Amino acid sequence: MEIARHWRLKKQRYGLVGEVCPHCEAKIFPPRDICPSCGQEARDLYQFSGRGEVYSYTTIYQAPSGFDETAPYTVALVKLDEGPIITAQLTDLEDDKVEIGMPVEMVTRKLRTDGDERGLLVYGYKFRPFQNIPQKNEALPH
Amino acid sequence: MRQVAIIGIGQTIIGERWDRSLRDIAGEAVFSTLYDAQRERAEALFVGNMMSGTINNQNNLGAYLADWIGMWGDEAYKIEAACASGAAAFRSGLMAVASGEIDSAIVVGVEKMTDQQPHDVTAALATAADADWEVEQGVSFVGLNALIMRRYMHEYGWKHTDFAPFSINAHANAVYNPFARLQNTITLEVYQKAPMVADPINLMDASPIGDGAAAVFIVPLDQAPLDGRSVVVAGSAAATDTISVHSRKDPLVLAAAQASVKQAYAQAGTGPEEIDVFELHDAFSIMAVLSLEACGFAERGQGPRLGLDNQIHPKGRLPICTRGGLKARGHPVGATGLYQIVEIVQQLRGECGETQVENVRTGMAQNIGGSGATILTHIFKAV
Ligand SMILES: [Zn+2]
Repeated sequence: MEIARHWRLKKQRYGLVGEVCPHCEAKIFPPRDICPSCGQEARDLYQFSGRGEVYSYTTIYQAPSGFDETAPYTVALVKLDEGPIITAQLTDLEDDKVEIGMPVEMVTRKLRTDGDERGLLVYGYKFRPFQNIPQKNEALPH
Repeated sequence: MRQVAIIGIGQTIIGERWDRSLRDIAGEAVFSTLYDAQRERAEALFVGNMMSGTINNQNNLGAYLADWIGMWGDEAYKIEAACASGAAAFRSGLMAVASGEIDSAIVVGVEKMTDQQPHDVTAALATAADADWEVEQGVSFVGLNALIMRRYMHEYGWKHTDFAPFSINAHANAVYNPFARLQNTITLEVYQKAPMVADPINLMDASPIGDGAAAVFIVPLDQAPLDGRSVVVAGSAAATDTISVHSRKDPLVLAAAQASVKQAYAQAGTGPEEIDVFELHDAFSIMAVLSLEACGFAERGQGPRLGLDNQIHPKGRLPICTRGGLKARGHPVGATGLYQIVEIVQQLRGECGETQVENVRTGMAQNIGGSGATILTHIFKAV
C-alpha cells in the first residue's frame, strides 16, 4: 500500500485541481512543474470545471491486477473544456452508448482497493454522461 | 567517434519456456552469438530488460548475467526503457565501442514473462505508462493503444479490417522463422473473428508476450572480419515524448519516432526511399501504422494504405516484419529490440530463406517503449 502517494494526490484526484501557467495562461492537468506550452515554471493552482467531452474510449476486458473485480469497464481520454486531455474511467453509463464527442462530467468514485480486501480504498475522478446535476446533491458512492 | 560493426548474432525461440530460467535463455542467446562471432568473450556486457525486478524478483542483471556466461569481473549493466530496452541497450553498447572506451561488447535483450499470472504481467507492462495519471485509472497497456487506435479510425475513417494486412503479413512471414512464437498463417476471417481485448484492438491486432532472448556482438568496424557477414551501424538515434498519451500535443503522431528517424537518416546519409527492409514495432497494428507515417513511408492518416496496397510483404516496395514482427515472432518485451536488429542482420547477410528480401543494402529497425514515449531508430548497411 502506498498511503502517502494517494494522500499526496488527493486535491487533484478528488477536486480536479490543476494549474494555470502565469506566463502563457495555459491550463494544465495533471499539474507539473514546467508548463508544456511555454516551458516556463507553472505553480498557480487552478480549479477545473469537471466538464469535457470524450476524445477516445475503450473497454478493458483484461484488467491489470487490482482492477479485476470491476472488469470489464470503459476507459476514455476526456478532453476537458479548459483544454487538457486526461485519462479516466467512464461510469453511470446505463444505456448510454459511448461516442467520441459525448459530453461528460466528473464524479468521484472508488477506483480500486490498494492491496488485499482489507487494503486502502482509492477514490478518484471518473466521468459520467453530462447531466447538469450539482455535485453537492450526490450521495457518496459505495 | 569510430564506426561500429555487428559481427555475431544469436536468438532463442520465443515461447512459454517453463523449463528455462531468465539466465538460461539469456545464456542461450549469448553463447550462440559468441559462436557466430567466433569470439570467446567481450570487454563489457549490456543487458536490455524491462521487468526482471517486478516479475522475476531479480535486479542487478548486469552482474547476474556476466556471472552466468563466464564474463567474470567484466563491466556489465541492465538498461531499461520499457519495450525499447533492447534497442536502448544496443545503443549504450554502441556508444561505448564507438567512443573508443572499449573494443568489444555483447548486447543481450532478455525477458522472462510467462512464469507469472497474466494479470500480474498486465500490471507489470502497465508500469511503462504513468503510474499516477494513467495506470491508477485502470487503463492497461493494451488499453492505451486502443484509445489511440479508436481515435485514429475516427479521424481518418478507416475500418478495423483495414488494419488486417499487417497481422496477416506478420504471420505469413513467421511461418519461415524457426524462432517465432506463432508459426502459423492467419486469414482475414480469423482476424475479424478474434476475441476482443480492448476494443477496437482484438487478439489479432496484439502481439503475444513470451520468454526470449537475442544478442549481438559488436566491435569497431576496422576490427570486423570482411567475410560478407559483418554489418555496419550506419545510424543510431533515440528520442522521447511525454510519458502519458493524454499529454501529447497530438496523440496520433509518434513525435519520438519522427525525431529519432530524422537523425538516423541524416547519420546514414539516407532516407525512406532507400530503406530496403524495415523491422518496425508492431506491438499493436496501430503502432505499425503510426511508425510508417512517422518514418516518411506514408502521409499522415494514410499508413493502412501500405498494407491494403500489398506493399509490405517481402517482395513489396517496403517489406516489414519479415521474420514475423512482434505480432507473430512474439514480443518478449526487453528482448524485442535485439530481435529486430538480429533480423536486419540476417536480411543483410541473406540468411532469411523464403522471406529474404532481394538486393538488400540498407535495413532499419525501430523499437518503441511505452505508448510512444521512448523510440530508438537504427539503420544498418552491409559492409
Ligand atoms: Zn506556459
